[in-house]
Amino acid sequence: MSSYKIIDHEYDVVVLGAGGSGLRAAVGLSEAGLKTACVSKVFPTRSHTSAAQGGISAALGNMGEDDWRWHMYDTVKGADWLGDQDCIEYLCKEAPKAVLELEQYGVPFSRTEEGKIYQRPFGGMTKNYGNGTVQRTCAAADRTGHAILHTLYGQALKHNTEFFIEYFALDLLMKDGECKGLIAWNLNDGTIHRFRSHITIIATGGYGKVYYSATSAHTCTGDGNAMVLRAGLPLQDMEFVQFHPTGIYGHGTLISEGVRGEGGYLVNSKGERFMERYAPKAKDLASRDVVSRSIAVEINEGRGVGNEKDHVHLHLDHLDPNVIEERLPGISESSRLFANVDVTKEPIPVVPTVHYNMGGIPTNYKAEVLTLNGSTKTVPGLMAIGEAACVSVHGANRLGSNSLIDLVVFGRAAAKRAAELVKPGTPHEEISQSETDKCLDRFDKLRNADGTNSTAELRLSMQKTMQSKCAVFRTEKTLKEGVNEIRKPYDGMDDLSVKDKSLIFNTDLVETLEFDNLIRQAITTMDSAYHRKESRGAHAREDFPKRNDEKYMQHTLSWCNGTKTKIDYRPVHRATLTNDVQYFPPQERIY
Amino acid sequence: MVQISLPQNSRVQKGKYYKDKTGSKNLRKVNIYRWDPSNGENPRIDTYEVDMDNCPSKVLDLLNKIKNEIDPSIAYRRSCAHGVCGSCAMNMDGKNGLACTKPHSEIKGDINIYPLPHLKVQKDLIGDLSTLYKQYASVEPWLKNSNTKREKENFQSKEDRAKLDGLYECIMCACCSTSCPSYWWNGEKYLGPAVLLQAYRWIIDSRDEERKERLKKVADELKLYRCHTIMNCTNACPKGLNPAKAIASIKKMLATS
Repeated sequence: MSSYKIIDHEYDVVVLGAGGSGLRAAVGLSEAGLKTACVSKVFPTRSHTSAAQGGISAALGNMGEDDWRWHMYDTVKGADWLGDQDCIEYLCKEAPKAVLELEQYGVPFSRTEEGKIYQRPFGGMTKNYGNGTVQRTCAAADRTGHAILHTLYGQALKHNTEFFIEYFALDLLMKDGECKGLIAWNLNDGTIHRFRSHITIIATGGYGKVYYSATSAHTCTGDGNAMVLRAGLPLQDMEFVQFHPTGIYGHGTLISEGVRGEGGYLVNSKGERFMERYAPKAKDLASRDVVSRSIAVEINEGRGVGNEKDHVHLHLDHLDPNVIEERLPGISESSRLFANVDVTKEPIPVVPTVHYNMGGIPTNYKAEVLTLNGSTKTVPGLMAIGEAACVSVHGANRLGSNSLIDLVVFGRAAAKRAAELVKPGTPHEEISQSETDKCLDRFDKLRNADGTNSTAELRLSMQKTMQSKCAVFRTEKTLKEGVNEIRKPYDGMDDLSVKDKSLIFNTDLVETLEFDNLIRQAITTMDSAYHRKESRGAHAREDFPKRNDEKYMQHTLSWCNGTKTKIDYRPVHRATLTNDVQYFPPQERIY
Repeated sequence: MVQISLPQNSRVQKGKYYKDKTGSKNLRKVNIYRWDPSNGENPRIDTYEVDMDNCPSKVLDLLNKIKNEIDPSIAYRRSCAHGVCGSCAMNMDGKNGLACTKPHSEIKGDINIYPLPHLKVQKDLIGDLSTLYKQYASVEPWLKNSNTKREKENFQSKEDRAKLDGLYECIMCACCSTSCPSYWWNGEKYLGPAVLLQAYRWIIDSRDEERKERLKKVADELKLYRCHTIMNCTNACPKGLNPAKAIASIKKMLATS
């Protein structure tokens, strides 16, 4: 085997992923004088941050009074009290600074009459601890993610960040429980690259593609999460998968919550604005898990629209066409292209669609990765940020527009922490060849797989199982079946077929490696969901409809080795970071 | 007279024919450019018969169907599948566009799919965009404003912000630049429509303090003035942007400054 040509690199820090969080970290690291490499399987502006539409939350108070403590309360409540409040305090307090910084980088935010950053209402965002709506979500029309991503890429160019683009990361290099770098495959010329680094920052995004219907891009395969699992470390809160209430029916394209923020509303087949029944105060701007469940109930009870009665309608045809043109041009375009709908005249057919993973790599608010070994410990040399991380600020359910702010606040925090930990130019330790061999063995085995099951078939079987057994509503029965069935596509890899054996842009092999990553996360998601016998945030158990704070104010940790998983728990942090704000004790969650 | 002939490996040959195995009555023929750098063979056109009864509406769906069900070896870039990441730009039916937004029903007869024109092909439908990316970096696409440490945002009026509309939405798919004959001919030196659109996006940003320097930097016979207003760029843009107009605006600013 090991006939692969290996090229060695040494960096102070390696960032894996070039979306919003990875780029923000890379910019901060370069500013701090650390020799930084940014490795990505796609060109940075192709990252999925570009698909974020509605905006980025921060209590700037540009459109009326606001306070970061209110933002914190909303986030705690949105998270259904599974978030760590020290981390949430950090997120909300740092948010205004992080957004102003983006503006100074050049993000083309929409503007108010006075020329300030425009902010819109968003789901779950309230004033004065749940009393009335607030306009907190900073927007660049409905293309906020795209605007931020392109601007951050420009900043990275300004700071001469070294990019390794279209490199597919294979595995972390671990030594005695510490991370020493990673190995990646250069798709451009087929060479294998070994990056040694004092700190490796995983910023690889979510793993929405374990589901059949998702707003996620084809590339959202959670590669970093899977690398962490293969390194023998746990993932956290994997059962919490957000279904966005409004994906275009039949296609899955996202329709921003900003539509409802600007006055759009949902109706069922009877023409009822049904959200009034489920969330009398917040109505269509309740948090996403609540709206998605409400839609699912409407459909289950026969009040869906269309021939199959399996979706609902989102209206914005009552809005001023000028407002639509100025603030929602992107969703007008998407609706035309993918639903054949003119939004100024007709409603958009929508259905809850997998959108975001609250779970991921456990970290503290400094972005350092955590594991459980007797007690909670950090993993030296390893950090995680963005959707790949589970800080946990989103707990059991993320609020809309809290994702983009998570990216930049914790991207920034990771760079700061790395600058404290690493002295530029510190020499690197030797690492044994066995780590490299282990990684390349797996690579080589998959590349030369000569069986009968295609990657596409196994992937489809995984996606259908996740979609039917681990959806908006879950029960003991569906999850038990799911735990069983989700292992079949994994076992199917024993008889895998990879047709393309080449090394340059072998996308057959890329997709196989991505599937190998996805299936491990599918298994941990299913098993974590099976073991949490309560309903909290996005995890809704029909057989356990109530939240159980006595037993489950705990983060699920799941380890996975092949099809074998181990589940354990660690308590949710019940204290704030400073005395600037009081701990918010659990309450009943009503919108 | 001098005889000019193409190098041996640029001759595109007839490739494999993948006959339908589903028994569908509703078939279309899809011809796809294939080239694998690792085997030393010439490029070829493979033909696939595809069952259209079970294929969603876009060209990307068609490609995915072929990759998933007929031939997993075919290589193309793709990601978001709804026209914001710019990965799946290619030449379909002789026109550049995004495979994820182009309906295959708009194409009559056989469906011909090629990489973006005049790029070095890396494999199959994957073109080498590294020159374009370098040119993008050369326009210094970041805000230049000396006042960076303040507590407040830069103010920008709605009118000034509106000047960025039609510019900042660019997804860098390169459909425009690779449809431009001037860029085909002078791609190493002429910046091309995609990059000039971005240059203008920073020139016209009211928050930027280096408009003059930016203008001076692009005011070059090759970088800018190789644009001959052919307008292919504006025709090709899958986002409905108008790079030709942006280039004209730069020229006008230079002429009047």
